[in-house]
Amino acid sequence: MESLSNKKKQLTVKPLTLMEKAYLPAIVQGLSITMKHFFKKPVTIQYPEQKREFSENFRGMHSLKRDEEGRERCTACGLCALSCPAEAITMTAAERQKGEENLYREEKYAAVYEINMLRCIFCGLCEEACPKEAIYLDGDIVPSDYLRKDFIYGKDKLVEAPLNQ
Amino acid sequence: MKVTIDGFPIEVEAGTTILNAARMIGGDIVPPAMCYYSKLAGSGGKCRTCLVKVSKGSEKDPRPMPKLVASCRTTVMDGMEVQNITSPEVIEARKGVVEMLLINHPLDCPVCDQAGECHLQDLGFEHGAAKTRYEFDRRTFDKIDIGDKIQLHMTRCILCYRCVFTADQITDHRIHGILNRGDHSEISTYIQKAVDNDFSGNVIDVCPVGALTDKTFRFKNRVWFTKPVEAHRECHTEGCCGKVTLWYKGEDVIRVTARKDEYGEAEEFICNTCRFDKKKTADWVIEGPRKISNKSVISANHYETLKPLPVVKSNPLLIEANKEQFERETRL
Repeated sequence: MESLSNKKKQLTVKPLTLMEKAYLPAIVQGLSITMKHFFKKPVTIQYPEQKREFSENFRGMHSLKRDEEGRERCTACGLCALSCPAEAITMTAAERQKGEENLYREEKYAAVYEINMLRCIFCGLCEEACPKEAIYLDGDIVPSDYLRKDFIYGKDKLVEAPLNQ
Repeated sequence: MKVTIDGFPIEVEAGTTILNAARMIGGDIVPPAMCYYSKLAGSGGKCRTCLVKVSKGSEKDPRPMPKLVASCRTTVMDGMEVQNITSPEVIEARKGVVEMLLINHPLDCPVCDQAGECHLQDLGFEHGAAKTRYEFDRRTFDKIDIGDKIQLHMTRCILCYRCVFTADQITDHRIHGILNRGDHSEISTYIQKAVDNDFSGNVIDVCPVGALTDKTFRFKNRVWFTKPVEAHRECHTEGCCGKVTLWYKGEDVIRVTARKDEYGEAEEFICNTCRFDKKKTADWVIEGPRKISNKSVISANHYETLKPLPVVKSNPLLIEANKEQFERETRL
């Protein structure tokens, strides 16, 4: 039957020429390509030691920000957890006590704030939902680990280091 | 008496307010109300969010009313024609009212426990502009504990007087009211005297904003992470109906409120024992999950069916036309 696209090509097996029968020239040609690549710049990098530059809008590990006075910005409003399509974020709120004004910005703060990095899809919706500019996905790639429980990151890993350190 | 609201005619009794006539029709044409509460006599007329335009006064006197009127305080006349959402003037005025209500509001929704079921939040979302034009300092107050179960955040208050009416009508004597005048007005108890009454907790339910909040629920969880369940119990307190909504988080009841209707008004009032002391599932007879409007944030991430909604809306007209076409072709 005639092909519809007219792109079909009939192939025929031709007998080998003398050059092809000699076998060695083809080997040399192939090896020369291999040798050429020895002197080219490698396209891969040695990952843990070397790192590629991230794009400006790269979304990596989350960090909970502090304000200019070093107080935690997060007020545990729950909008990040609400917007999270993977339901990776959980939190428990607590009331700021007298004398903790230098630690927390608002009268309510997150006593527990956990992100399950195995659930997280790094979509950045939490960053967009945050009314307090408290969470940003500006960190590195989340490191690998052995146990599932070690991927649930608490405030110890998420909150930014205090200012004076 | 016949009254037409946004083109919908309805027969109502004499003495009905425009707002109640609109509620009888229902739907989008019901004006929002921040201070009017159908269960509290004398409420309304404070917030001006329910402003409507009367384009025809009555059959006898068809002249339009010169100004926008508060629909919760204006009674209907025979043949009256009212415009609510069909009048750009009303929408514009309501936007102005929202801006006015938000002048002194602290906008601390991320902290406030009312967020998610706050009428001012809804109103602001629907009508308010995203920016404020107010450049001066907002009035501030310290938060006050009214008794050990209720907390008053005067900064959030919009002075709707609902709680004052509740205390007057539901409890036998009230000890809180409005102090000072004008811009300085504030809800308070005399020398922070505790409100100590079996029905004092109802002021939390009637508050349209987060000014009066439940201290036992304070910062426990966000409303949209809790599961509302209808329940009832035999309550021996006189005047308490025992019908409530339980707000679950996991296994625990973290809050008990009265059941609220579509306008956010408590259907029946409940006593403080039901509200603050009975926080175990064993205390209640569960009736079933509470219906939540799919426009509410409380219903976010909850699905009634596991089937995803169809992407393309089915159009009955198109289906009918296609069927007709198909029949005609097969006949030929």
